[in-house]
Amino acid sequence: MSDSVTTLPQRSSRSGSGRGDAHKASPRSDRARADWRKRFEIAILSGPAIVMFLAFVIFPVFMAAYYGFFRWKGFGVPTNFIGFQNYVAIFNDPNFREALMHNGFILVMSLVMQGPAAVAFALLLNQNIRGRSLIRVLIFVPYVISEVIVGTGWGLMLQYTGAVNDMLTNMGLGAFAHDWIADPNIAIWTLMVIISWKYIGFAVILMLAGIQGIPEELYEAAAIDGASYWQIQRWITLPLLGPTIRVWAFLSIIGSLQLFDLVYIIWGQYVASTAGTSTMATYMVREGRLAGNYGFGNAVAVVIFVISLAIALTYQRLVLRRDTAGALTEAPGKKQN
Amino acid sequence: MSQVALTGRATTSRRRSTTSKSGASWGSPTTYLVATVLISICMAPVLYIIIGGFRSNSQITVNPSGWPDPWVLTNYTSVLTSSLFWQQFGNSMISAVSTTVAAVALALMASFVIARYSFAGRNAMYALFAAGLMFPMTVAITPLYLLVKNLGLTNNLLGVILPQIAFALPTTVIILVPFLAAIPKELEEAASIDGASRLGFFFRMVLPLSLPGVITTGILVFIGAWNGYLLPLFILNDSKQYTLPLGVQSFSSEHSVDTAAVLAFTSLSMIPALVFFSIFERRIVGGLTGAVKG
Repeated sequence: MSDSVTTLPQRSSRSGSGRGDAHKASPRSDRARADWRKRFEIAILSGPAIVMFLAFVIFPVFMAAYYGFFRWKGFGVPTNFIGFQNYVAIFNDPNFREALMHNGFILVMSLVMQGPAAVAFALLLNQNIRGRSLIRVLIFVPYVISEVIVGTGWGLMLQYTGAVNDMLTNMGLGAFAHDWIADPNIAIWTLMVIISWKYIGFAVILMLAGIQGIPEELYEAAAIDGASYWQIQRWITLPLLGPTIRVWAFLSIIGSLQLFDLVYIIWGQYVASTAGTSTMATYMVREGRLAGNYGFGNAVAVVIFVISLAIALTYQRLVLRRDTAGALTEAPGKKQN
Repeated sequence: MSQVALTGRATTSRRRSTTSKSGASWGSPTTYLVATVLISICMAPVLYIIIGGFRSNSQITVNPSGWPDPWVLTNYTSVLTSSLFWQQFGNSMISAVSTTVAAVALALMASFVIARYSFAGRNAMYALFAAGLMFPMTVAITPLYLLVKNLGLTNNLLGVILPQIAFALPTTVIILVPFLAAIPKELEEAASIDGASRLGFFFRMVLPLSLPGVITTGILVFIGAWNGYLLPLFILNDSKQYTLPLGVQSFSSEHSVDTAAVLAFTSLSMIPALVFFSIFERRIVGGLTGAVKG
């Protein structure tokens, strides 16, 4: 998946060119008609997807960029062009800067909290044991249920009079009871716990899939050479799991920058800076749609997009590039064996 | 005959993950300990929601973290007999199923073109969909809302379904292309010698052979659509049109005093995604393996 994000998987390009050769070689009396037919097939098969994609993804994104230059309440055609004023206002708003800080915090903490834990769990669970399928289903459950359910359930549990504080009191740890959600000093940590809980299963499953992609022969060779279990994990599994870890980190980073649902559901009524958990996306919805300033909301959307894109491109350049290079230079030889 | 050989090959690549049926053994106690710890962390809040639905409000108030004593069924029965729940359940079903079918069908056709045809715009087409991963719904939501409004589809499930299909396309295409590209070209040549057109090849060979990828993406799309929140929040504004996530939220704010009922409503609304996922769990891991290997 790593290389497929940036370039076509090279297996397909190989088969593509190979098939092209076969096409040329095959005797065709009327090449022109065949070409026309091919173009027709391409149009019929890919047309619907491309039209849908352009209409409902690309077009709205460009419209967001356009609306962002207007002071506009969402009625009729925007006329009050104000240039970059919305953008100036966004970066001068301390509430936005705070939201941006929260996104940064969530981004870093997600990587730090989930990454090592996910790799460790995946290594320990990567065994051909009984009940493996059940274990996987149960680990994946938090990822499968919706943000609304997660928010509602955790919201009730973490109330001051909720189950978590009650359990702490019962265990004699009543001193640790907090108002987990309403206290702005710890709310963001509460959010981090909920996020980690929701997404760790996905990370573990992804890592397990990555580990299974490592050729069995390497383990056999290492075992013959007398490597210990830990040596094998350190020198074979971890390096070869690198691409998977980097793809996971990429998905996690993008997710952190766009985080909306959980925060909006749990803290919805306080999303202003008072709750201490506002993100760029909740800021956008609050200042844009709820306040009726559609032009401003779109400008915030553009800022979120540009920040995400910049980080994503930098990440692809600095980190994912290594995987692509490796895939192109080494993989074919490996696959031949 | 080549088909037999190929299906054999396709299953061997997957065999490593499925041998557990025959060759599973009892692992070390440490493994089970780790698994138990992780599972309890993952399941405790879910069980809290489900079991909490079997308690009464006074039980919850007196002892928030306790066990049901006695078990109360009325929360669940009153949700299950409310027409609003079933209405919203039906809306979610319609939205998720039609999004899944349409998105996977469209993506499969487009991926087939990208993986198996050589033509000038091929790389550009792939890049277009890959770039879509960078365009999350959050960014496009306001213009999307205006677009849906101009199409006259606000407060209409179709206004949710159409954008959902479009936003599901990038991931689906990215996962499906490697699957379709992995089908050996010899097979296509054999099919064409046997007189099958490329479209015939698509329906007779590609569809069955890419089934693991189709199922994986299908599950991802279904779960994404079933759980979707932001889009329905903008598009739907009448509780009769709500999908379940919005239903859960409005129920829990309307019945904020009736915690037990909220818990029952919440746990019933997560069942379909869970059932759907657990049926196909093995496929999803296999599909992700294929995608990660690229």
